[in-house]
Amino acid sequence: MSDTKKFLYVNRKAPYGTIYALESLEVVLIGAAFEQDVALAFLDDGVFQLTKGQDTAGIGVKNFSPTFRALGDYDVNKLYVERESLEERGLTEDDLQEIMYEDEDDDWAEKPSIRIVSRAEMAEIMAEQDVILSF
Amino acid sequence: MAYEVNGQVVEHDEEGYITNLSDWSRELAEEIAKTENIEMTDEHWEVVNFLRDYYEEYQIAPAVRVLIKAIKKSMGPEKGNNKYMYELFPYGPAKQACKIAGLPKPTGCV
Repeated sequence: MSDTKKFLYVNRKAPYGTIYALESLEVVLIGAAFEQDVALAFLDDGVFQLTKGQDTAGIGVKNFSPTFRALGDYDVNKLYVERESLEERGLTEDDLQEIMYEDEDDDWAEKPSIRIVSRAEMAEIMAEQDVILSF
Repeated sequence: MAYEVNGQVVEHDEEGYITNLSDWSRELAEEIAKTENIEMTDEHWEVVNFLRDYYEEYQIAPAVRVLIKAIKKSMGPEKGNNKYMYELFPYGPAKQACKIAGLPKPTGCV
């Protein structure tokens, strides 16, 4: 399809406390219906959105982190996480939940959606996009 | 606006989706199905239960395209197709089945 554009959703905020993270995810899910080339970027406090073992019982809001694992069903399987942002917060890849997708072109093999990239690589990824939406 | 089941009142929004997800019961599902002109069969329940499991796992009511793909994966192509699903739920498999399953309206569904 010639009119496919590359969309990047940039997530910079912690998952709770503001509505940005949840709204971004909802826009991604809605936008997935338009069959564009969609990727997500997580940097700054946005990396906390993907941490595992989130428990929101104490703050009385829904824990929406399991929904990231549904993204593969929506053909969204590029989740770029900036290594420097993780390191600055004392996090490593092991602190993030496992998010897999099934590769249609590879006999439905399960593959990880999360790709850890450097700040320099993130800049290149951003430069390649047609549309960038920042949350 | 509310449904009434066994003398219990269950609130719903203007489109018939229940407000409090924990109010759901099988009896309520039958009641909601009636207002949608659907007679619940084992095949209907299979889809409704599938949706409830999906929501439990991912905290999301899937879009119809995703639902049909997921059904196809778990129950096979004879059920995971548009024709079968629209025969069960003529006004939209995701929309109607989610309502009966006591889930929110699917994200992206207008």
